[in-house]
Amino acid sequence: MNLMLPDSGLLFWMTVIFAIVFFILAKFGFPVITGMVEKRTRRIDEALKSAREAEESLAGLAKEQEEMMERARAEHARILQDAAAERDRLIAGAQMQAAEQAGKLLEEARERIREEKEAALRDVRREVARISLEIAGEVVKKELASEEGQNEFLGKMLEEIPRLQS
Amino acid sequence: MRMPGIITLFLAIFLWGASSPAAFAGDADDDSVDVAHLLFSHIGDSYGWHITDWNGKHVSVPLPCIVRGSGGWHVFMSSEIAHGHVYEGFFIAEEGPYEGKIVELGSDGEIMRPFDISITKNVCSLMIASALLLALVLLCARWYRKNDAENEAPSGLAAAMEPLIMMVNDSVIKENIGKDYRRYAPYLLTVFFFILLNNLLGIVPFFPGGANVTGNIAVTFVLAMCTFIAVNVFGNRHYWKEILWPDVPMFLKFPIPIMQVIEIFGLIAKPFSLMVRLFANILAGHAMILGLVSVIFVTVKLGPVINGPMTFFTMLFGVFMDCLELLVAFIQAYVFTMLSAVFIGMSRQEEHAD
Repeated sequence: MNLMLPDSGLLFWMTVIFAIVFFILAKFGFPVITGMVEKRTRRIDEALKSAREAEESLAGLAKEQEEMMERARAEHARILQDAAAERDRLIAGAQMQAAEQAGKLLEEARERIREEKEAALRDVRREVARISLEIAGEVVKKELASEEGQNEFLGKMLEEIPRLQS
Repeated sequence: MRMPGIITLFLAIFLWGASSPAAFAGDADDDSVDVAHLLFSHIGDSYGWHITDWNGKHVSVPLPCIVRGSGGWHVFMSSEIAHGHVYEGFFIAEEGPYEGKIVELGSDGEIMRPFDISITKNVCSLMIASALLLALVLLCARWYRKNDAENEAPSGLAAAMEPLIMMVNDSVIKENIGKDYRRYAPYLLTVFFFILLNNLLGIVPFFPGGANVTGNIAVTFVLAMCTFIAVNVFGNRHYWKEILWPDVPMFLKFPIPIMQVIEIFGLIAKPFSLMVRLFANILAGHAMILGLVSVIFVTVKLGPVINGPMTFFTMLFGVFMDCLELLVAFIQAYVFTMLSAVFIGMSRQEEHAD
């Protein structure tokens, strides 16, 4: 059958044309394209890899940050606690000191009051004694004004001497 | 030969649909459409590129004929020998073993076939397709040369070609050949795009396309031969050992080399299957579409009642077939490339580590 027999002329031209096409494309066509695309693919792979690494390190950083914040919070709480304790201690100390001071003042005041009272009492006594002496003088004067009175007084005095001597 | 017999049968089945209207037309009177002639003149090669008939005149592109007859080289345009004209003793044989070919009348009245390397329709189509392919790929490559492909997305032609090139490169070539695929990638990519472009141009029904290039055995023969060379010339030691001294019981290979004969038969059968697969598929596609279109003209005789619906359904089928052929154009290019890659991959296999 005619269709199954390769024609020599077409065979010749096909060989020549295909050889030329193959030579040109294999030298200037496909390797350029595939080479560049493969290079690009490698570059994209690398970029993806470094992006992944950056993401990982970012995640690490976030974790570190979280830890730092946690630590800071703990520190904060601790400082607050310390401050509260210190405050309480100071207040208690101050209170105690104040109480002491007040007690001392009170004591002093009491002492002063007592001293004043004693002084006052001494004055009163002295006055009472002076007044009693005056009164007694007046009474003696009045009693000694009459004869009778003078005798009686003498008698009493005499009576009293032995008692005084004993 | 047995194999061509099978192919002929195979072809006959494919051509049956197309040739039955031809037989039908042959029974009618002389001015009926000679579908068989139409079909085979398209499927075969020709010296001029017939475009159409206009007012009873042939409109065709004349192509140069280059022949070496008894008196040395002769170069002339195909229009000189069209329609039975004789030019410098050369004419196109109407019948006989050289039907449709340029022959020369010898001095003793014997018809001789000169050495013929004319730029026929198929050659011309091959040249157009090749020029187109070179332009496409080189323009695409130019983009990669001029632009920084690492930082820029391809645009224009490069953007259109890149996915196809990389699809073939990555999923066909790299997958099947393995580690040293880079050595074969340019060849296989060239084969893929060469076949694809010729297939697609073959579907275009008017002038620059429409030639049955990849449905011609000479073209597929050269392509299959290239794969055969790529497989066998660069085959490694393991590959040749498997053919010449395979791991089978001794009686299968020593006194009578049974296995060797089978292996060598397989060696030839592989490219042969490549050649015939592409050839038969494209040929069948062309024949089917042409046969379908012919139905319109054949049924004119039967009157408008039959011709109308037939035309409608034929058009419908024609569109379907054309879409199918687009698919086949791609699939056949893909299959040829993939099988070539598989055969090359087999010839590059290293010995199994036992």
